[in-house]
Formats: sequence, C-alpha cells, structure tokens
Amino acid sequence: MITHPIRRSPSKGLDLAIALAGAFAALLSFFLFGWLVWDLVRLGLPKLSWSFFSGEVEDAGRGGGIAPILVSTLGILACCLGLAIPLGTGCAIWLSEFVRRGSAWARLVASGVDLLAGVPSIVFGLFGMVFFAQTLGLGFSILSGGLTLACMILPLLVRTTLTALESLPADLRPAAAGLGLSKTTTTFRLLLPAALPGIVIGITLGVGRALSETAALLFTSGYSTRMPESFSDSGRALSVHIYDLALNVANGSAMASSSALVLLALILLVNSAAVALSEHWLRRRSSAS
Amino acid sequence: MLLAGCGEKESSGTIMVTGSSTVAPIVADAAKEYEASHPGVRIEVQSGGSSRGISDAISGVADLGMVSRALKEDETVKLTAHALAMDGVCVVLHRDNPVKQLDKQQLVDIYTKKITNWKDVGGNDAAIVVANKAEGRSTLEVFLHYLGLDHADVKADVIVGENLHVIHSVVGNPHTIGYVSIGTATAEEKAGTPVKLVVTDGKTPTMESVKDGSFPITRPLNIVTGAETSPAAQAFLDYLMSTEIHGIVEKHFFVPVR
Amino acid sequence: MASSRNISLSRCVDRVTGGVLALFALVSGGTVLLLLWNLFAGAWPAIEAGRLGAFFTDAKWQPGSQRDPQFGMVTMLAGSALVTVLAVALALPVGLASAIFHRFYAPPLLARWNRRIMELLIGVPSVIFGFWGLMVVVPAILRIAPGTPGQSLLAGGVVLALMILPLIALTSQAALQAVPSSLLQAAAGLGLGRARTIVSVALPAARGGITTGVFLGLARALGETMAVVLVCGNIPQIPGSLFDPIRPITSTIALEMGYATASHKALLFCAGLVLMLCTALLVGWISFRKNAANPGIGGA
Repeated sequence: MITHPIRRSPSKGLDLAIALAGAFAALLSFFLFGWLVWDLVRLGLPKLSWSFFSGEVEDAGRGGGIAPILVSTLGILACCLGLAIPLGTGCAIWLSEFVRRGSAWARLVASGVDLLAGVPSIVFGLFGMVFFAQTLGLGFSILSGGLTLACMILPLLVRTTLTALESLPADLRPAAAGLGLSKTTTTFRLLLPAALPGIVIGITLGVGRALSETAALLFTSGYSTRMPESFSDSGRALSVHIYDLALNVANGSAMASSSALVLLALILLVNSAAVALSEHWLRRRSSAS
Repeated sequence: MLLAGCGEKESSGTIMVTGSSTVAPIVADAAKEYEASHPGVRIEVQSGGSSRGISDAISGVADLGMVSRALKEDETVKLTAHALAMDGVCVVLHRDNPVKQLDKQQLVDIYTKKITNWKDVGGNDAAIVVANKAEGRSTLEVFLHYLGLDHADVKADVIVGENLHVIHSVVGNPHTIGYVSIGTATAEEKAGTPVKLVVTDGKTPTMESVKDGSFPITRPLNIVTGAETSPAAQAFLDYLMSTEIHGIVEKHFFVPVR
Repeated sequence: MASSRNISLSRCVDRVTGGVLALFALVSGGTVLLLLWNLFAGAWPAIEAGRLGAFFTDAKWQPGSQRDPQFGMVTMLAGSALVTVLAVALALPVGLASAIFHRFYAPPLLARWNRRIMELLIGVPSVIFGFWGLMVVVPAILRIAPGTPGQSLLAGGVVLALMILPLIALTSQAALQAVPSSLLQAAAGLGLGRARTIVSVALPAARGGITTGVFLGLARALGETMAVVLVCGNIPQIPGSLFDPIRPITSTIALEMGYATASHKALLFCAGLVLMLCTALLVGWISFRKNAANPGIGGA
C-alpha cells in the first residue's frame, strides 16, 4: 500500500462518477423492490385484518386466516436455527481459530460446506424426505422441515461467520496470546464479540432464506393446515402456503399477497430482534470493559 | 392387529392421505368437516403429485392416495381407484384474442407448429405462443390423448407446471395458447382474470358439459387404495364417496360424480 | 508454579473446545456426504441401467415419449449455466455500486436503512419473485421483442439477478465495512482522494468478502427453483438469443419430480447429482483461484 505511487492528480471526476453510479444503482434496486412490494401491498393489504392472523385456514386458503400456519412457520424456524446456529458458528470458529489453515481436514470441511451451498433447495427437500422423514422416522413434521432447512442455511452461516472472523485485525490474536489468554478465552471473549455484527448478518440472511424456502419444505414439513400441537406434527409453512395459493388454488392470488406481506413483516421482526440483541450485547460488553 | 380392527377403534386413529395437488384442497376441506363430526380421527393430507399418491398407496405410507387421472394398466394390479370427482381440460386464450373456437385439427396443427400465426385460425396477425404442460402432468396426458399426439410431436414455446401457471402465462403474453382444468379456468374467468375458455370442436367447456359427458376432454379425480385399507380409512373413503361432499367438490369448481 | 498450572489448565480447556468445535465442523462438512449418498441411492437405478451416458449423448429431453424417449441433459446444463452467469453479470455491478455508495457516500442512516431493506428482501419467497417476473418482467420483454414467447433466458436472468442482488449487496457492504479504518485513514494521509482510496485500497482489501458474496449468489442462482420455473419458459434447448426460452436443471426436477414414476424419478435424482457435480467444479475452481492468487494465506 505504501509503495503505491501517490497521485496528486485531482480525482474529483472519478469521485463524482463513482458517486453517481452508486446512487443510480442504489436507486434502481430500491425502485425495483419498491415496485415488487407495492404490488404485494396493493393486492394483499385489503385482506389483512386481525381475524386474518387469528383465524383458521378455510376454503383451501381463499378464506379465513393463517394462525396455524404462523405457528408452524415459527416452529420450523426455531428447529432450524436451534441446530444451524451452534453447528455453523462452531464450524466457522474451528476453521478460523483451531485448525491450521490449508490443512487437509480444514480444506475437506471447507469444501464440504461450500459444496452444500450449491445444492438446489429441491434436492434438500428430497434429502430431507428420505433421511429425516423416513430413515430417522420423524415423518412429515415441523422437526423434519426445520432440520432440512438447517442443512440448507448451514453454509451461509459458516461462510458469513468465517468472513467476519477473518476480517478482524490480524494483530488481535498474537496480542491476546502475549497476554497469556487461552485460545478458548480469546475466541469467546474477544473474537466472537468483535465478529458479532458479521455473525448477526449471517443469521438474518439465514432466517430470510429459511422463511422464504418452499421447495425443501413441501416434502418434509408438509401441507397440513391444522394447528400443530408439537414439533412432531405436520405443519404448513407460510412460504408453502403462498406457493399453494399462487399456483394451485384458483382465485388465491390476493390471499397469497396478504400472506407474503405477513411473511415480510415476520422477517422484519426477526431481523430487528437480532440487530437489537447484538447491539445490546455490544453495549454491555463495552460498558463492562 | 385383528383386535385393533374391531370394536370402537373402527372410527378413530390417524389417516394419511397423500398425492395430487389438484385433489388435495378438496380432501383437505372434506377432512376438516369429517374430523369435526368424528372426534378422535385425525386426517393428514399431504400434497406432492399424483405419482406420490400412487407410490405411497402401494408402499402403505399412505392409507389413501390422491391421483388426478385414470390409473394406468400396470397400476390397476396393485391399486383400486375410487372416483371422487370429474374434471375437464379446456383450451384457454387471452380475453383480447378474437379467436372464439378451435377444432381438433386446428389444435393439432397449432401444437405441432404447422400453424404458427393466429391469422390462420381467424385471429390477428401475430405469432402463436404455444404453452404445453410438463412431463407427467395428467392434464398433458389427457390433452395429448385427445389430440392423438405423442410427447415427441409437440413443439412448444413454453412449458409450464401448474394450472395457474398457464393462466398467468396467458395473462402475461396475450398471444399464448394453453390448456388447463376447466374448474381453474372458470374460477379465474369469473374473478375477472382476462382469460377465456375456448369452444373446442363445437363443444362449450362448462361444468355442465363435463357432467353430461358431452365435453370430449375429461379426467377423473381419484382416491386410490392399496391391498389393505384400515377400517378408519375405509370409513373416511365412504364419506368421500357419499353425496355429502358434493358441496365441497363444487366449491372447488369440479364436478361431483354421483 | 501457579502460572504453569494455569497454562496447562487452559491448554486442557483449549483441547476440549477444539474437540467439540471439530465435531461441529465434521458434522457440517459431512452433511454433504450424507446428502450425496442419499442422492446416489436415488439415482442408482438409472445409473445401473446405463442411462448416464444418454444424458450427454441424447439431443433432447422427452422421457415421457412412448415413441422416442430421450434423456439428453446438455441443453439443461447450458440453460443453468447461462441463466446463472447472466444473473450474476447483472447483479454484481448494481450490487457492488450500491454497496460502495452506501459505505462511502450515503449518510449512515440511509446505509442502515438500506441494509435492513436488503435483509428483508432476501426473505421474499422465490414464488413471489417468479410471479412478479411473469406479470411485470415478461410483458416488459414483450414490448422490447414482440413476437417472442416472453418467458426466456433474459426473463430468468433478470428475476434471478433481483433475487441475488440483496445477497451480493449485503455481503459487499459488510466486506467494505470490515476494511480497517486505519487503512483508509492511512490512504487519506497519503493524499489519496476518496475515489482513489475506494479503487486502490478499499476494494482490493474487501475482495475476499465480495468474492464470497458472488459465490453465494452464484450458488443461490444455480440452485434456485421456484422462480426460474415460472419465467424461463422451460424449453430444453440451446438458446439462439436472450429472448429464447431455456430450461435449467432445477426446473426439470421441480416440474417433474412430483409426477415421475420410478425409473423417471431415478433420472431426476441423476439430474440432481449432475447439478452437484457442476457446483463441485465451481467450488474447486474458486478455491484453486483463491489459493493461486494469494498462496501465502494457506500457512496462516
């Protein structure tokens, strides 16, 4: 960096070009997504009411509400994150801190995870159906669906956590070692809190991915619209409900849009909670030290 | 096993029904009614395609399978079909397309690309966009059987999966021709979607013409059973075959059979 | 004495932590083997019947034909590759430019809001994207190219680009955010302007994170099912132009799996295997390039 020739030539023009291109790109994406969401609001908002959230599914989804579907969705998400967060962060920490990079094992695990990232969601669905539902005997259940999704978002969590850990200042680790801190202490007290924003982004990405998944759930958590009583019951996820309404149920488009709006709200809620939590931790940590 | 089959067990327990996504909404609604009047019975309805209904009914994973077509010869060895409802398959066009009717030969020519412009069948001067269903869809089998075509003969511009995908394709591109379940087309047309059902070979596609058998392209919506049927599943099957569910069948825009 | 006991204790703790984490890592890395094994078992009937060769030698895909069944998959491989590359080519410039804008030019509040919106958009179910593509993108394409089917390579590329745009924008933004501010200050201290700092300091430093984002986007686009099936047209052919329909491999699995009988189902499992093989090649190529680009990093 230091050997880079210092150019005093005014880069104002380049600066302006980058600013304009960036602003245009930002506006473009904002505009396109605004359009998409506006279409959902236009179609879906009139159908939203309290009874939509509290009611049972009626007439194949053309009428009534989505209460059981919301419960199933949250159950699936809980199973998914309960498995994927410890596994994913654990794997990333191991890769980044506990194993020599470039060693055979590290490369094997890393390529295994990367390979998993490229598996199409529908293949996860087939795998979940065969392995979780049939081989492990979990049947069509919220648990089967959640575990299948956990496999699916695992690479996302590993990659984002790994990136967050790797982008920490390189002198942090030798400094901690110099102070006589154990690797465990360094990792959990120093590195993880510092990498938390990155990890939270990974988790929110994972939540979004899990909540929007359709193909992998159709074959695992199933189609039942009944209010689930336990994790071993079949329950229809919101995304599956939207898919069914949009492509299988004649005149289902409006209710599909309403359900999609609810899904967006749910993601907003989960993301806000995650961000608030991570900020809370950060503040507590900085006030404690 | 034998003991479980007698006495009060007869009408309780969990019944698994899997298969066709076309049939699933009907059975799911019927299951809800049935559960309300038969406490202790739980009916699990899982969608996922006709072939899943067939394989699950054969393997015993499901008590009842849902299949949106007539059984093939090799399937009737292991399974028994019980017709739940009838459905017709009709050609749909955009509302703004001036073509009102097509005969069988014109359809054959369009689907094999001997006719490629709407003006040759009385429409505007525009290229015809042919939408076909994906492999394995029973609407595809029924439609090709009616036209006397093999899969390899059809030259399509767009291949779609679900009935509503056809409708959305026609709405998205007004020069598209497609075919769907009459129930789906009627419901969407009534709801103001800009599509119309096309008179085929002089026959108007309606629920009535399917019912009286005058409409030429129809398919049964079946419930299939394997070698053994539990008493609980049999009781639910009897309910599905009764006149009590006619209201539900009609609400989903299909034609009751008895 | 006490300190040496502490050291041995902390070594012990480290060993336990390392062991537990290694177990987690092995499970994470091993999941793919479990998945491959299940896929392979599903595909075995077709492999046993010697159909694998037909995947690459048959010209067409018509497994349901009575008269002339064919199982060619080359057109679908091409379809998957083309639509994925097109999507990334469209999404990367927009995503990266928007990330740069939000990192270096926009006020922090706007950047925060942009991040929240992008996070939200990752959760829009693909069927909604597909539906919107069918209603908005396809008619727009018809206006540019009347007389075409509309559902096409271009429609698929645009819709997929939209879907992976948040992923690329967010990971790029996070990567740019992670560039140490000391580095940027040093660049400023050397008299580099904002634009020069971005181009010669920030972007090279953030390259790893941006590559991760692109890779995640590629993988997502390659594996995406429910949206492409609605807008690509699904004709298994090598497209002559952007306006011709194509059929990605995932579309075939999604369209036919629920309706396939035994031998056909095994073929679709094979298709899943073929897709995973492609991903494996992609992953291999990327990690090879990464290692070739900075060989020093392996020893850290």
